[in-house]
Amino acid sequence: MQRIRCKGLARVLMVTALAMSFGAMNATYAANEKFVLISHAPDSDSWWNTIKNAIKQAGEDFNVTVDYRNPPNGDLADMSRLIEQAAARHYDGVIASIADFSVLKKAMENVTAKKIPLVTINSGTQQQSEELGAIMHVGQPEYDAGKGAGEKAKAAGIKSFLCVNHYATNPSSFERCRGFAEAIGVDYKKSTLDAGQDPTGIESKVSAYLRNNPGTQAVLALGPDSASPSLRALQKMGLKGKMWFATFDLSEEVAKGIKDGSVQFAIDQQPYLQGYIPVAVLAIMTQNKTTDVATIQAKLKANPKFQARLAEYGLAPLYGPRHISSGPGYITKDNLDKVLKYAGQYR
Amino acid sequence: MNSSSVHADKLGADGVAPAQQKAAPNDERVRKEGALKRFLGRPEFASLAGAILVFIVFGFAAGDSGMFNLDGVVNWMQVAAYLGLISIGACVLMIAGEFDLSIGSMIGFAGMMVAIPTVYFHWPFWLAVLFAFAGSMALGWLNGYLVVKTRLPSFIVTLAFMFILRGLTLALSIMFANRTIVSGVGDLAANDWLGSWLFTGNLGSGLFHWMANHGWIATMANGQPLVAGIPKVIAWWLVLALGASFVLARTQFGNWIFAVGGDANAAKNVGVPVKRVKISLFVFTAFCACLFAVLQVADVGSAAADRGLQKEFEAIIAAVIGGALLTGGYGSVIGACFGALIFGVVQIGITYTNLNSDWFRVFLGVMLLVAVLFNNYVRRRVTEAR
Repeated sequence: MQRIRCKGLARVLMVTALAMSFGAMNATYAANEKFVLISHAPDSDSWWNTIKNAIKQAGEDFNVTVDYRNPPNGDLADMSRLIEQAAARHYDGVIASIADFSVLKKAMENVTAKKIPLVTINSGTQQQSEELGAIMHVGQPEYDAGKGAGEKAKAAGIKSFLCVNHYATNPSSFERCRGFAEAIGVDYKKSTLDAGQDPTGIESKVSAYLRNNPGTQAVLALGPDSASPSLRALQKMGLKGKMWFATFDLSEEVAKGIKDGSVQFAIDQQPYLQGYIPVAVLAIMTQNKTTDVATIQAKLKANPKFQARLAEYGLAPLYGPRHISSGPGYITKDNLDKVLKYAGQYR
Repeated sequence: MNSSSVHADKLGADGVAPAQQKAAPNDERVRKEGALKRFLGRPEFASLAGAILVFIVFGFAAGDSGMFNLDGVVNWMQVAAYLGLISIGACVLMIAGEFDLSIGSMIGFAGMMVAIPTVYFHWPFWLAVLFAFAGSMALGWLNGYLVVKTRLPSFIVTLAFMFILRGLTLALSIMFANRTIVSGVGDLAANDWLGSWLFTGNLGSGLFHWMANHGWIATMANGQPLVAGIPKVIAWWLVLALGASFVLARTQFGNWIFAVGGDANAAKNVGVPVKRVKISLFVFTAFCACLFAVLQVADVGSAAADRGLQKEFEAIIAAVIGGALLTGGYGSVIGACFGALIFGVVQIGITYTNLNSDWFRVFLGVMLLVAVLFNNYVRRRVTEAR
């Protein structure tokens, strides 16, 4: 009796497994080109949802199929296998984030060696992207983002500032501070605070700095993790709303601050564009059989579907001679509602 | 297995490994078995059948997608090989009736033991590798010693070590290197005598060049072969699998492993050094994890604090698909290797179909259930209440 029942169950499971695998076979599409985007994010990372939605919409707009792949646990060694796999599968184009140049270099060379067009996104620099032989990089150059924010501060008459850095272990974080400092014409080393990760520590370090340097006119936080404690420090010193304050990236608290005027703006790297633009670029490349970046950019700018998406979500890319930057975009009082409406989906 | 004095006698006489039973010609206690039945009764049968099934499925689903081109094959073979290394360790430990949940954390920790001394203390790569092997095997010994001494289930002890080692990896890498990913080891490893001999580069690159020149395999634009050779991790996997299988099937120590897992008390009563066997297997498992780490660091050129996350479960799944029992005393290294192969083929194979790779874990869970049920069913049918 026991045995027969087990047999039945085993049979059901077998059939299920087979049905699942055959289902996988029948899910073929009649699309023209197939691209793949490989990120370094683990399954648990919600920030990339925006990018997943973006590649889906770009696929619809340009009539291509885009697969999304990621290492389930965020392990870069697994990511390099996925890039090798993409090269072996003969995709028409590969999009990948340069999570770590030295780890992924070998795998990405597999892609370019097979003459598969490559676009790099998100982390990494434009130099690294060029070294890998990619067509372009779509990301937010850290220095430029800091500089853009600094120019806005300069226009507001800011001559001194404090940069609150909560992830000093990452060398590229200092680029943000340096950009801002050079825009307003001060030395960034004197204005940068290695605040550490602990919110209480950040708060006390910020107030200590502001007491020692009473002439400081502005605070730049490098992310929500340092923005919240810095705002608390300002509040306790009675400076909240009086001191010029800007931060990278958005959180609920930062959004509140933008609403009540204690935060001038948040710098946004517009992840949607990091998903959409590479797909559009690869589609234009393959459909028009061109590799000339200027032509591609011109066609992209002239594309009505792309422009409609930009208008709908309130996005603005920055076009360079070769690379397209997804940021810095600025979230201010004027566009805050739109951003909040689409937050986590398209913004 | 019932422990009884009769049983212990039998065990002393001829061990428990079925491969070891030499039947006297007219012994009425020994049944004649057909070769087919014997094959069906082997623990690795289910995983072998599973591997064939998986290949058939992907042959249909992804046959023309490049999955079975040379570069595609090398790609998923590498995934299978890395997992195969640690599933061999997990498998022999499970045959001995113990469990190691710290394999994944050990991979991260051993990787840091290689990378930090090489990059920050300027040790030669070979010295750092020896240091990592010594360090992780010492930790494996500690695991085993604690299990044997405290009589706690190894599940608990190694669960604790899973957290301890993962935490240490993070804390020490921040302390010494101020970052959680230490890169720049790749060139140092490739230029080191031990690194280039054992861990980096490919085997048979001459052969592959020769085949490329004859146009038998795909080449890049510059005439270099697309696949430069067989990655060394695959060779390591084969060597380790053959070595471990030989020990299990053909040596006294192999018999001891089965005996310890089958019934530790009975084994002790007939003079098997149970504690020594268990501790040495924990050391071996740590060795496998360290080998995984060294090969990975040499391959990708960096160590990171999050390397090897959840790999212990993957290793255990591979061993279970391969026919190992959680209760010990039964299992096969070859089976575990097929389990790892199934794993690699499915994980990478899914990305060749148009199925969203989000479904990979669902597949894995279903496969695990099916494999275990199938294993049990076959075992019951063939061995008829062992």
